[in-house]
Amino acid sequence: MEIVMSAVIGLLFAVAVYLMFSRNILRVLIGTLLLSHSVHLILLTMAGLQRGAPPLLFLEAGSYTDPLPQALILTAIVINFGITAFVSVLVYRTYQEHKSVDLYDMRGAKDE
Amino acid sequence: MSNLIVLPILFPFIVGAVLVFFAKNSRAQRIISGIGSLILVGLSIYLAVVAYQQDTVILEAGDWSAPYGIILVLDNLAALMLLITSILAAACLFFAFGTISSKREKYYFYPFYFFLIVGVNGAFLTGDIFNLFVFFEVMLLSSYVLIVNGATKYQLRESFKYVILNVFGSALFIMAVAWIYSVTGTVNMAHLSERVAEINQPGIVTAIAVMFFIVFGAKGGLFPLYFWLPKSYYGPPAAIAALFGGLLTKVGIYAIIRMFTLIFHHEPSFTHKGLIVTVAGFTMFLGVLGAVSQYDFKRILSYHIISQVGYMVMGLGIFTPLAVAGAIYYIVHHMFVKTALFLLAGATEKVTGTTQIREMGGLIKSHPVLTWSFFIAAVSLAGIPPLSGFFSKFPIILSGFQEGQWVISAVALLVGLLTLFSMMKIFGYVFWGENKLTEKQSEVSVTKLLIPIAPLVAFSVILGFAAEPIFTYSLHIAEQILEPSNYVNAVLKE
Repeated sequence: MEIVMSAVIGLLFAVAVYLMFSRNILRVLIGTLLLSHSVHLILLTMAGLQRGAPPLLFLEAGSYTDPLPQALILTAIVINFGITAFVSVLVYRTYQEHKSVDLYDMRGAKDE
Repeated sequence: MSNLIVLPILFPFIVGAVLVFFAKNSRAQRIISGIGSLILVGLSIYLAVVAYQQDTVILEAGDWSAPYGIILVLDNLAALMLLITSILAAACLFFAFGTISSKREKYYFYPFYFFLIVGVNGAFLTGDIFNLFVFFEVMLLSSYVLIVNGATKYQLRESFKYVILNVFGSALFIMAVAWIYSVTGTVNMAHLSERVAEINQPGIVTAIAVMFFIVFGAKGGLFPLYFWLPKSYYGPPAAIAALFGGLLTKVGIYAIIRMFTLIFHHEPSFTHKGLIVTVAGFTMFLGVLGAVSQYDFKRILSYHIISQVGYMVMGLGIFTPLAVAGAIYYIVHHMFVKTALFLLAGATEKVTGTTQIREMGGLIKSHPVLTWSFFIAAVSLAGIPPLSGFFSKFPIILSGFQEGQWVISAVALLVGLLTLFSMMKIFGYVFWGENKLTEKQSEVSVTKLLIPIAPLVAFSVILGFAAEPIFTYSLHIAEQILEPSNYVNAVLKE
């Protein structure tokens, strides 16, 4: 399972980096989204993908899952939600001011 | 165990949250934020004293004991950083009162100013690598808002690059945390230190250490990841640029110092004396070359941030108590002087209306106090005795020669010379020379703006003349952080 996950993560990461190299800032925004998904999956995969019961005292099970990476991912997702909301607004405001989403058209602003 | 040490995080958070409700009332915002920043200074002085008396104070949130719960650690290094942060924050805030436009004020300048301090203080205090990430994000998200505040075309374009680079850096940070967790099974820094010591830092841990170095290097403006810095610090108004220039890169440097003294200190011949020293050399040399080639007040200062960050990591890279003490002293000196210089650039801009140094001239006649404040700060930055810059570079370069690191020490000396050159370039163009000011411009009064700058310049002089006690304190801190067992024992109580 880890192998499959690694391949998925690699693919997501590659697509994200490709999109972030784009001149179109909307694509860059989508790139950051995919990038965050891929690193969250890394966090899950690197800790080992175990099947088992939740680690609660009254549950008598053979194996338990590790709760820490899930807690970390939850935090990271929430943070990333905030960042994505901010970047979306930033892209929209940039479009409003520059009348374009292409970085080439933004060169040579007057107040430089 | 003391609940006090949560206050540097909690207090600015509450002030920031209260300020949100007064967003449209700039008078109320100024009063609340001014008082808040002064209380923060008092609080951090008290905490510095506590840390000095007790060495390491810890707080286990909710009484969950160390490797499992969230933990805050206040040692002398963290206390020192908190103290400087609060002083800089107060100075920049009072400078902002006189310069910031009301349009920017109404768009949540003050609340995010305090949220930024929450993130910075949290990053200094946390004893947990994942919480370090969280506080970095708090800091960065506030910095995104502040850097784009005002939304000029230039700011929007450059902030976008700043944001994307930092988002990418944060992604790498999570990856590095994931890797270190999979190898050691913990994210608590003291526990990590212990476990990495047990397995004697094999190659894979060193690789993860390099990953952390890249992450913090990108935030701290190290070679080759500093290219975003000069352009994005150019856009925002002087008060914000000064706070960022003095504070934000140093949070990255603090994290590097923490990681490479506490956790990844078992392979110094590769990580410290190889990688960090090399990067430091390139950083300081290329940074100062950038400064020499520029003719814009703020850009020159921004490039100088890069070159001086190089000195700090050089001190860490040489990795003797003297050199690390020098690096700590350098951080203190740099944060005061750099912030003062950025604020002085802002005051000059208020007089002349431009930051192009070739369009200015002759300010010494109409604004002598401004000129001499700049002169003190500038020669201090270049390292002329008896000011603070000299006493911070001296131990670093001295220990470089002692350890036989000839090349880096020679580069450091050369960079000092070039720093002096580019500072004198500003002085010659802006303050000397023929008077290019119109009559109206030479009557602009900057006395109100100089009041918050004066303490910062005074600190540079005091740090120079009272180098003995302050350097002893830095040496005390360096010896404390170079002995990780202090930190580990305090946190894990063994």
